[in-house]
Amino acid sequence: MSVQNINVALIGNPNTGKTSVFNQLTGLNQQVGNYPGITVEKKIGFCKLPHGIKANILDLPGTYSLNASSMDESVVIELLLNKNDKLYPDVAVVVTDVENLKRNLLIYTQIKDLEIPTILVINMADRMETKGITLDIPLLEEKLKTKIALISSRKGTGIEDLKNLIVSYKTIQHEPCLNTFDIDPEYFSSLQNLFPNQLLYKLWLVITQDVNFSNLDRNEIRNAFTKSHSELKRLQQKETIKRYQFINDVLKDGLKIDASMAKDIRAKLDRVLTHKVWGYVIFLGILFLIFQSIFSWSTIPMDFIDGTFASLSSWAAEELPSGILTDLLSQGIIPGIGGVIIFIPQIAFLFLFISILEESGYMSRVVFLMDKIMRRFGLSGKSVVPLISGTACAIPAIMATRNIENWKERLITILVTPFTTCSARLPVYAIIISLVIPSKRVLGILNLQGLTLMFLYVLGFATAILSAYILNKVLKLDTKTYFVVEMPNYKLPLFKNVGINVVEKTKAFIVGAGKIILAISVILWFLASYGPGKDFNEAEAIVKERTAGKQLTEIQVENEIASQKLENSYIGLMGRAIEPAISPLGYDWKIGIALISSFAAREVFVGTLATIYSVGDSDNEATIKSKMQAEVSPSTGKKIFNFATGISLLLFYAFAMQCASTLAITKKETNSWKWPAMQLVFMSGLAYFVALISYQLLK
Amino acid sequence: MQNTIHTLKKGEKAIIKDFDIEVIPLKLLEMGCLPGSEVELLQIAPFGDPLYLDINGSHVAIRIETARQIEVVLIKNNLQ
Repeated sequence: MSVQNINVALIGNPNTGKTSVFNQLTGLNQQVGNYPGITVEKKIGFCKLPHGIKANILDLPGTYSLNASSMDESVVIELLLNKNDKLYPDVAVVVTDVENLKRNLLIYTQIKDLEIPTILVINMADRMETKGITLDIPLLEEKLKTKIALISSRKGTGIEDLKNLIVSYKTIQHEPCLNTFDIDPEYFSSLQNLFPNQLLYKLWLVITQDVNFSNLDRNEIRNAFTKSHSELKRLQQKETIKRYQFINDVLKDGLKIDASMAKDIRAKLDRVLTHKVWGYVIFLGILFLIFQSIFSWSTIPMDFIDGTFASLSSWAAEELPSGILTDLLSQGIIPGIGGVIIFIPQIAFLFLFISILEESGYMSRVVFLMDKIMRRFGLSGKSVVPLISGTACAIPAIMATRNIENWKERLITILVTPFTTCSARLPVYAIIISLVIPSKRVLGILNLQGLTLMFLYVLGFATAILSAYILNKVLKLDTKTYFVVEMPNYKLPLFKNVGINVVEKTKAFIVGAGKIILAISVILWFLASYGPGKDFNEAEAIVKERTAGKQLTEIQVENEIASQKLENSYIGLMGRAIEPAISPLGYDWKIGIALISSFAAREVFVGTLATIYSVGDSDNEATIKSKMQAEVSPSTGKKIFNFATGISLLLFYAFAMQCASTLAITKKETNSWKWPAMQLVFMSGLAYFVALISYQLLK
Repeated sequence: MQNTIHTLKKGEKAIIKDFDIEVIPLKLLEMGCLPGSEVELLQIAPFGDPLYLDINGSHVAIRIETARQIEVVLIKNNLQ
């Protein structure tokens, strides 16, 4: 029988390099999932230790203490309180940053008091010399009653020591740091008398935390021990003071900082990056760089992908035995997958930039810089992060609102985030812009297409901010306002961390969106290839009869048949049914089909048009773009994708709520159907209205 | 007038005296904002709010409305 893997939980404050340690231990051998029922990311990795022992490494969300103030933090406590959880750690590894050791040790003392074997990792050892820090490790180990691994996840040093410590976790002392009785002897001795078999610190956590606790009936504990909220908070303060006393006592002899050595570039960088003029100039410059470069850099791989899938389709159509399966493959599945793959360059770029901004510590400066301005619109400085992440995808962005302490500010941020231009809108924008906006240069250097895209991003942000302003006036919520944001030290982003982050996020997005897009593509192909009644089934005869007198080439006749079939297929009928509602916006029934299908996910638009224009088309080699370009209205002979329709479509996609996943996440995070319903009605109504006006003015 | 973190000038250091525990988030306490801790005002955001502090070695930003609630005693002569 094989030996069971050791469960290792990585715990630590944000900005301690915990994820770097995780990456160092596990490499790319990771699995990202969700905790059941909630959307907190669960990262598990596998690691081979000395002596043939294997470990499951669980990267828990960064948390400042065991006093949960967010869903992410609750996950940590629930796991540590539940011995029956199959991920319950055999050993906890608390990661700390040598420069913030004092604060980082707070959670260490708490974990230790739960009597879980705890190893202390002191990270960023490479910075000790420049900061003039010296540590007395043996003394620290003795006073903190543990084993310490001094490592540098940046340089990759000390990881082997950590692995050896994990292997010998059974030798680590269980003794707590703080005697819980000392916080308030009277209160805690009576608590212990009531529940003599329970660990006192656990009881205390159950009383103070709003988390699930399976082993004990928490109501029983709480009812037996009612204390007012402020009394509990007073005790929590007392506990925190006691813990800091303990830590100060430990560090007094164990940690020496030679202040004269500390040449800090933090202050200099802060002075520039949070400057009242330069701060904003730099921030805007960074945003501009992100958007302009995403559009110009990613077109090359995107055109390549588009072309590759077009030739793949035609290859499949020609080389495989003809029949319904080949048709499904060449007209449904391949264009469908192509519609997903084409996302990769832009999404990867967006995640790359966001990840660099987060890793470097710059994001906190943006929060600091923007808080006062954002508050005027009912948002928080912390809303900037979701709004920027929203340019990649609204789903992680809405999850990123969790660290906004004020519920009203958080709710408003959740509601307006979907207005920011997410990457799912990009392919729609990209194809329409390239169809209706000339590729000219203005003012010498600026590409007109790039500028249009930039305008759409600005429009998204502006609408988000403006809606926030209105919501702030309309919503009557009385909440206490808290705002505490850590300003971490500046760090050069680690290539490995950024790389893994980009790969993981892109993969998750592509797989998630890909399933929907592929399914919809296949369904669409069926709906477009079959139809009811004789208009569809006898299309050939009808067309031959209609064109009997005319001089048409064989190919023209074939095209006539194909379009007769499409128009009378199931999907054609659906598109035509909604045509009266959308023709004032400048759309024909084919665009109507794309609109219907993209209400589940807007990125389906391009794939849908790809599928629709591929069905029955003998010439698969043409790219989607050239097919759309060639599309003319049968009644007027004018191009379908003209300027007015293009602008109307761009605006519709800018505002409309066309993402089932975002609605689902809003429901989860707000715990009510009211808010996603409001998003859907308000956003899509606005989209219809604006698209209508713009088309009527421009046509 | 009573000194609070809000009345500090940029670059001034002070010792935290007392505060109303009801209005101070627990998270700030955990960051080391406790009676007796040293606090330095490092930066003020462009529109005068929030404040960027070094509390006992922890670098945090808080809003003025919170800063107003934290009484401090100025450390004299720290600016030479």
